[in-house]
Amino acid sequence: MDFLTWTGTAGTTLVPVLQLAVVVLALALLARFIFALAGLDGPRLPNPDGTTTGRSPGDLASLAIRYSFYAALAAILCILAAGAVMPSPVEAGILGAMAVRFWPVWLALIATFVLSIRFRRKLGLYGKLFDSTVGMIGFAIVMFWIFTAIFAGTIATYDPFSQIAGLKNDAPGVLVPDGGYGWYLLGGDHLGRDVFSRMVMGAREVLKIAPAATLFAFMVGITLGLPAGYFGGKLDTVISFLANLVLAFPVILLFYLLVTPEIRDTGIPIVLAALLFIFPIIFLCTLWNSRYYTNPPRRNLYVGITLLIGLWAYSGLAFNMDPLGIWSMEPNMLNVFVSVVFVNSPGVFRIVRGLVMDIKARDYVAAGQTRGEGAWYIMLWEILPNARGPLIVDFCLRIGYTTILLGTLGFFGLGVSPDSPDWGSTIDDGRKLLNLYPHPALAPALALMSLVLGLNLLADGLREESLKD
Amino acid sequence: MGKFVLRRLGVMLLTAIALTFVVFYLTNLPPNLEKLARTEGSVRMSEEAVQDWIEQNGHSGSVFGRYGQWLGVVPGWTYTDEKGDTRGRCFAIGQDAAAAPTYCGLLQGDWGYSTFFKKPVADSLGEKLAATGWLMLAVMLVMVPTSLFLGVLSGMREGSATDRTLSTFSIASTATPEYVSGVVLVALFATAATGISPLLAEYGLIEPKKTLFLASATSAMEDITFWNFALPVMTIALYGIGYIARMTRASMTEVMTQQYIRTARLKGVPFRTVVMKHALRNALIAPFTVIMLQFPWLLNGVVIVESLFNYKGFGWTLVQAASNNDIPLLLACSCVAVVVVLLTQLISDIGYVFLNPRIRLA
Repeated sequence: MDFLTWTGTAGTTLVPVLQLAVVVLALALLARFIFALAGLDGPRLPNPDGTTTGRSPGDLASLAIRYSFYAALAAILCILAAGAVMPSPVEAGILGAMAVRFWPVWLALIATFVLSIRFRRKLGLYGKLFDSTVGMIGFAIVMFWIFTAIFAGTIATYDPFSQIAGLKNDAPGVLVPDGGYGWYLLGGDHLGRDVFSRMVMGAREVLKIAPAATLFAFMVGITLGLPAGYFGGKLDTVISFLANLVLAFPVILLFYLLVTPEIRDTGIPIVLAALLFIFPIIFLCTLWNSRYYTNPPRRNLYVGITLLIGLWAYSGLAFNMDPLGIWSMEPNMLNVFVSVVFVNSPGVFRIVRGLVMDIKARDYVAAGQTRGEGAWYIMLWEILPNARGPLIVDFCLRIGYTTILLGTLGFFGLGVSPDSPDWGSTIDDGRKLLNLYPHPALAPALALMSLVLGLNLLADGLREESLKD
Repeated sequence: MGKFVLRRLGVMLLTAIALTFVVFYLTNLPPNLEKLARTEGSVRMSEEAVQDWIEQNGHSGSVFGRYGQWLGVVPGWTYTDEKGDTRGRCFAIGQDAAAAPTYCGLLQGDWGYSTFFKKPVADSLGEKLAATGWLMLAVMLVMVPTSLFLGVLSGMREGSATDRTLSTFSIASTATPEYVSGVVLVALFATAATGISPLLAEYGLIEPKKTLFLASATSAMEDITFWNFALPVMTIALYGIGYIARMTRASMTEVMTQQYIRTARLKGVPFRTVVMKHALRNALIAPFTVIMLQFPWLLNGVVIVESLFNYKGFGWTLVQAASNNDIPLLLACSCVAVVVVLLTQLISDIGYVFLNPRIRLA
């Protein structure tokens, strides 16, 4: 049986370079840490006569870290680039061949970055993101996975569900006997399916649910958190008690109770969906009503459009009774979606409530009140825009958290179809033979980790930039 | 202070009752009871027989009544069939119904009978909790000192290279859920196929075909060794380390900008002494709360890690109870979980007041 090598022909020269760079990097990191403990990394202070002494050992270690890191990065990039120009996967190696498969993603990423950096001064907070390195790295990782999800059809080498019995648990780079692309780039899983294609398709599964569920959770949290923080009193006490109730539940227990095949017969997911999906409609209607209260024709138009589209989608998503059949959600998916929204909303509620309580003591709110602005106008058009910084940051973090939750659901085999390529269930499939064949579980695990890491870095960059205002 | 604690305890009790009722309601939904009837009785029972079984075993009637029975404030059910045999909640078949107590529920110390383990819930849960207790202890011993150390080290000089390196590490570790880090750690350290074990075997440092660590913690139930316990502990601890370290760092950087630190520095106190004597004590107040509130998260991690490493503790029991529809066991598990969460919240609130004398509770 033939296997591809990891790095192809370019690797024979570049791999030793990479190994050397990594070893130096590890040693330098260790040295840096020891120097920091020993207090040998202090700032360089001028001597009394105005001269400066040489670099401290800590500084030297930092330099070593920087250059060895660049060397390692350059070696990896060279391997990928060399793979891209090689004629066939045999010379390109697994890494190079994968880099070639992702070509639409690279093109889209380059286009996004060139355009964004070119016009960054006109793009508000989004443009400012490109002033922070951490933010840019995070953004690049997140966009990588978003583009992967979009172009998954072109990137995947095989159908994620088709099984080839001869390739069960075979190592990465195995030759596929019958046609098609020719190789299983990341090997085969326990049923002989292509791990690489499943990982790519899994991105689509994950990114289909996580952002939407987070958005719904934000709608619920904002709609309840604004009045609770602004009015306080009994309303606040009751909603806060309910929110704390949900937060005190261990998440996994809640999932085990809410996401089971039996519970679908009782209709509880539909009741929850009916309850949670109404919030976006309420939110948007109040938003338009409070803004255009003085201009009834326009108000009626906006509220009318919102109600029309909102209730149409609502009937389809929550009750699966869309007369035109455009909006619908599988019962499986609805169950997972509703549970994730339900678990996330109390957290959003607490953050919004805290922000509102802080902001409502500001002068501009008092000014609005003396002008005679309505309570909802103040909440939605005075307070909410001023709370957007922390909310955007939390939104990024929460998408990451939702991704982790979805992975947890998949890991316990809850609510998803058994052969779904989403990352959580693929990890669960792979872990049974983890001791012997780690590769089927490792690929989705690293994918999930990088996506969440990207979201966290993005949130960090956004926080840094929004604090500069 | 006393009044505050009493009020908090009141809210806690209310929360606990509400939560256990929700769990009771969700586990006792009609489809679950039908499934229970088929597993306990026979799989081929007709619809009618299922309904009869449910009625004869005390699962019919209002859900509030049944919840009251489980809690021990409503008399336990009894059922006399046409042959005159009496069965009931509070006594086994064949025992004298008249001599049995009227109430038997949580308040009387009766947790029910586990259909999965085939023994009383209290017995089986006790040993599982002890096993998880050891795991938690080890995790705490690793996690708390490491994260505080890393947080203080990076918060000491904000923006330095050490700070940036450690912050990146903390972000990376909070971005890695347990089921990912567990898989990565096993692939690195506990397989004979990949990672560093084959390398070590090649150099003759460990025996061939052996691995550096064990990928299953089942043997740790009897005998905890570094070999079989390191990976599960590290998997749970890694996720928490990043989070606590970030919180410690935030609190430390805030303290380091305070006036009294500047004064101490200007007086000529060495940096090391300033950190150890002046900054550290004030910087460690906030992380205390974070560590206490980390317990509910640990509970999550415990469930994942115990299933991943096959360690038969509380988390493993919860998964088994839920997937085998073992209602009394699941209820008991959720009780334990809810009590742990609420208690840690209370302790963190009260502890905060003790540690930070500037805060007074009305």
